[in-house]
Amino acid sequence: MTTGDHIVKSYDEELKNLNDTIIEMANLTEIQFELAIEALMKQDTDLAYKIIEDDDRIDDLDHAVDEQTMNLLALRQPMAMDLRNVVAAIKISSDLERIADYATNMARRTVPLIEEKTVIRPLHSIPRMGTAVIAMLKDVVDAYIEGDADKAVAVWRADKEVDEMYVSLFRELLTYMMEDARRITPCTHVLFIAKNIERMGDHVTNVCETVYYLVTGEPLREDRPRKTRTDRLLTDDIEAKE
Amino acid sequence: MNMDNYIPATAKGAPAGMGIDPVATGEKNINMDGIEETTIKMSARNLDVFYGDKQALFGIDLDVPERSVTALIGPSGCGKSTFLRCLNRMNDTIDGCRVEGDIRIDQSDIYDRALDVVELRTRIGMVFQKPNPFPKSIYDNVAYGPKIHGLAQDREELDHIVTSSLEKAGLLKEVADRLESPGTGLSGGQQQRLCIARAIAVSPEVILMDEPCSALDPIATAHIEELIDELRENFTIVIVTHNMQQAARVSQQTAFFHLGILVECNSTGEIFTSPSDERTQGYITGRYG
Repeated sequence: MTTGDHIVKSYDEELKNLNDTIIEMANLTEIQFELAIEALMKQDTDLAYKIIEDDDRIDDLDHAVDEQTMNLLALRQPMAMDLRNVVAAIKISSDLERIADYATNMARRTVPLIEEKTVIRPLHSIPRMGTAVIAMLKDVVDAYIEGDADKAVAVWRADKEVDEMYVSLFRELLTYMMEDARRITPCTHVLFIAKNIERMGDHVTNVCETVYYLVTGEPLREDRPRKTRTDRLLTDDIEAKE
Repeated sequence: MNMDNYIPATAKGAPAGMGIDPVATGEKNINMDGIEETTIKMSARNLDVFYGDKQALFGIDLDVPERSVTALIGPSGCGKSTFLRCLNRMNDTIDGCRVEGDIRIDQSDIYDRALDVVELRTRIGMVFQKPNPFPKSIYDNVAYGPKIHGLAQDREELDHIVTSSLEKAGLLKEVADRLESPGTGLSGGQQQRLCIARAIAVSPEVILMDEPCSALDPIATAHIEELIDELRENFTIVIVTHNMQQAARVSQQTAFFHLGILVECNSTGEIFTSPSDERTQGYITGRYG
């Protein structure tokens, strides 16, 4: 992605450190996310608590990115590609931080769900959704490392499937809750977990857009296939609006 | 800024056959959406410049939009100053310098043989790297141009030109009580603003600046940059600078020169966020060479 080294070598080092911090943050976020799915499926309360605790490490890295980018902006006054690199780091780190927060939220929901001891069949759709979003996250991090705009666009398009999975899971959970009112509480937990994963997918698409801009210098303007009105109602971030 | 009392140099009427049509400085062209439409003030086409056998510029095509700041950047020896000096024929004074191609101001060829170079330079003023006030009083520094060009009918009018030029150059407040003291007694930054006042006293249409801040401290530099930003309301400015942050701060258009070639010219925002040429990218990010 670079056209060669800077005349001032320490500048290269600082940019490399920044990229390394982002990659480390991305790896930790992936792990947190995978463990959150594992804790849910294996009904592992201890693991869930560990995930909640480990979120601090990602927050620390997020602060490290803030500090590194502020220093680069103040001391190096980056231009062109370097400027895009620094701005991309700020944006990607905040998306990763949010994704990690959602993984923590999943773990928080997992604890009471385990205590409920009710078997919720649609729960089995969760790992499928989770795997899809984890794959997206891994791919976009690769796209970032390799400076591959096409790969970023492919990931960006893949989010549509996650949205569809979420909508179908939502409908399934509704029928469950209507059948038996006692299932409302556990089903709500599952629903929120699914919602968390769906939101993670949205943050991954933000990262895709950032990587695309970083590499090409152009904003990603292409329209993704439109959601239907009901689907939009279901997938739009209602929590955020409240 | 009040321009009412200015007599544009061209309004005196150019002698027949001078090659330059007197052009009244018109109002800004604002279109229906309130967006300023750009008119091209000066343009270069297929410009080659030679110093003896050595070619310094190769086929430069560049448009300078009216009432905006165009920054010329590039490493030393890239030809940016040579280009700037072609715009008011300063290269005429250099032995062995040969200019081929076409440079126009308001569509008129500035290399037309019938053209009066002195007249041309009242339309296209210049500010240099090192402030070079005349060894005269502050007043006389500014009054000199209008006097020799006969721009003022009487002393009162001349006084007005001097004070309003100093005002526009952001210097009046600092020197109002000592207009008779020597210009060379001012600080570096003040001297440079005095030179800018001197340049604008003859109501030029274009102001060329050759690294106007490289001999100044950051505060004086900030004053000049603020001044450049104000001046572009009434003047077309072309500035050569080694300071890329300065180019980014003051200009609307940036042209990158390299080895006598114009590599890339685009809006300043575009050049400094996503330049299209690798060489531009390399230079502005500090990877050059």
